[in-house]
Amino acid sequence: MTDIIAGGKRRVPLLRRFVGLAEAMATPHGVDRYTELIAPTVTVNDLRAQVTAVRREGDRSVTLSLRPTRQWRGFRAGQFVRVGVVVDGVRHTRCFSPCGSEHGADGRLELTVKAHPSGLVSQELLERARPGLMVDLAQAAGEFHLPMPRPRDIVLISAGSGITPVLAMLRTLVDERHDGRVAFLHYVRRPEELVHAQELRRLAAARGVAVIVGCTAADGAGDVDGHFSAGHLALAAPWVRGAQAYLCGPARMMAAVREVYDGMGLGARLHTEAFDAAPAAVPSDDEVHGTVTFSASGIDAANTGDVLLEQAEAAGLSPEHGCRMGICFSCTAVRRSGCTRNALTGEADAEPDQPIQLCINRPVGDVDIVV
Amino acid sequence: MFALSGPLGRTITRRDAALHAGAPRPGTADPVVLTRDDIEAIGRELDALRAETVAKLGAEDREYIYNVIKAQRGLEVAGRAAMYVPFLPPVWLAGVGALSLSKILDNMEIGHNVMHGQYDWMRERGLSSREFEWDTVCPADQWRHSHNYMHHTFTNIVGKDRDIGYGILRMDPDQKWNPYYLGNPVWATLLMVLFEWGVMLHDLEIENVVQGKRGWVDVKPLAVGWWRKAGRQVLKDYVVFPALSGPFFVTTLVGNGAANLVRNLWAYSIIFCGHFPTGVASFSEEETADESKGEWYVRQMLGSANISGSPLFHILSGNLSHQIEHHLFPDLPAHRYPELAPRVEDICRRYGLPYNTGGFFRQVGSVWGKIFRFALPNTLVGRPKVPEVVIERSARAA
Ligand code: FES
Repeated sequence: MTDIIAGGKRRVPLLRRFVGLAEAMATPHGVDRYTELIAPTVTVNDLRAQVTAVRREGDRSVTLSLRPTRQWRGFRAGQFVRVGVVVDGVRHTRCFSPCGSEHGADGRLELTVKAHPSGLVSQELLERARPGLMVDLAQAAGEFHLPMPRPRDIVLISAGSGITPVLAMLRTLVDERHDGRVAFLHYVRRPEELVHAQELRRLAAARGVAVIVGCTAADGAGDVDGHFSAGHLALAAPWVRGAQAYLCGPARMMAAVREVYDGMGLGARLHTEAFDAAPAAVPSDDEVHGTVTFSASGIDAANTGDVLLEQAEAAGLSPEHGCRMGICFSCTAVRRSGCTRNALTGEADAEPDQPIQLCINRPVGDVDIVV
Repeated sequence: MFALSGPLGRTITRRDAALHAGAPRPGTADPVVLTRDDIEAIGRELDALRAETVAKLGAEDREYIYNVIKAQRGLEVAGRAAMYVPFLPPVWLAGVGALSLSKILDNMEIGHNVMHGQYDWMRERGLSSREFEWDTVCPADQWRHSHNYMHHTFTNIVGKDRDIGYGILRMDPDQKWNPYYLGNPVWATLLMVLFEWGVMLHDLEIENVVQGKRGWVDVKPLAVGWWRKAGRQVLKDYVVFPALSGPFFVTTLVGNGAANLVRNLWAYSIIFCGHFPTGVASFSEEETADESKGEWYVRQMLGSANISGSPLFHILSGNLSHQIEHHLFPDLPAHRYPELAPRVEDICRRYGLPYNTGGFFRQVGSVWGKIFRFALPNTLVGRPKVPEVVIERSARAA
């Protein structure tokens, strides 16, 4: 009745009303700040995920199954997600490409993480992840994914940890009973480094799918020997000229593939995703170099070695600030990328998208600051 | 006498730095003299202390703050639930107590400290200084400006630190007297009872509005913030929860109001003990121009006072009972202050500086003594008689 009187105003769904009341009761903290203490999987706004299964493969890799909270909007095969994991009290965020099919059961996510000796997050997950662990999660992002409609013939090329986005593509295509041809060409150094070996064998049995694994440091152990070559490509996909190709791996290997494709005049058919084998290294020299990018203002300036607040002001900007000595946090801005060194503690940090205090941080090399 | 001598023979004299009675001082009548080298050495020691603590931060601190948060949420839920049984007065009263404690923890050990950036290193979205909101009517962003920046940078500089008397009280002999200040004790009592509203209005700079130095243009953005923040708080405590308790509307409303009042009295008392007890020094703008980090540290130590007490007392005061350590290291997690305190006190002792500390009642008494004393002009009550600290200023300041 009231709806009609109010001129057909849409009725607020019951759940929304309930949430609104709960938020009014929980103000100023928000409902999630209460539920996280007793039932972290129940959230109103926050997206996070619970680890439901952990499978360790070899001595360096771990595959996690995650169940995201209801805010999860799914992903497209090839995209990445940001996952936040607590290590010694600090939440660190890293990007991982889910390696499961887009059509995985009830929106589950599967991540395969390879531990780098210096990788804080990957080591933590390898050594301590167990079912029940909660991690922070952000919606999937990235342009590297299979287009809609799917290309008919598809070549997937990867090496090392670069397998995850293309494996997601392969599994998605198999789930969709894709009727074109699919070649999956993957490289590892030694056979024991291969993850998802059983799964690959199973997928290889699907109609129209060719799976070839190359071992670069162990002759005779794989389907092909040595590093990527035009010969391997021809073997995996004799029909390569009419196919779209998706490539992910370390920089050297990607360059080799790019060269072969350009040589064949097929450069436009090659889609790539760069992937860093190791977390961004902190430069050890203290030489002043690089460019400071104030990305919110579109200004670039040569790094002078001063603290960022002074460099911003020298570039004609006036970021918010107060004490200029590191105590008030008014000057906090997001460092999108690059490495900075804290002038008070001497500590360097290169985690992307982290808030830092401009008045006590100096850039080390190229830095992008949202100012 | 508090004298700061400049390298060119300039001497600035201050008259309110009574050494705390218990402070061990070599000799009795001689002034404490800090040379430039002393000050820089103190700065280095404190920097090292900070670095040592920063290096320790980790899982332990995370666990601590989440335990406090859990306790606060638990008390809050219990307090709100007890409002449903007003016909059992002891339970209802316990509910008021639980809700008061919840608000005290929320504002002091959690809110104040999180908003200082003490837990920013955890990179946790719920504990970021830029995003955190606390359970009081004062919007967090306004508080961060007036407190984290203005008060912590310009601590106890008369004319710059509006926390000296909050613009409405006379707490220092160098504030010019006028008949309005005869009401000092009345204004202080009102501020105590309505503390959260006083804190909210802090950024308004009421004295400047009265003098016509600030107009509607300056005030409007603040007022928008108050409306938004205080509106929600009032709605929660005085409409939503009372309404949800149905027939017990009035008792719940009274209970929530009582919890806010208890928090106000407590927060006011703790906070006034931070800078107003006798013996705390204040400074002038000239003598603090172009300070070095060491000089800044020394001013923080001379300008703050601690309250001694049990571990629980420290938690309930948000560790502002360690005001000296807080002012030296405002961005270190406050629960680390107790372990820093003996080290800071040791530095003070070695350099003959006062380390102002005392029990709660002594410090509160001393604060109220000042409130009454400075209601009257200096000509009537005189200036407090205090010993001398001589600080040799760095050459830059000349
Ligand atoms: S300006 Fe105060 S922390 Fe940077």
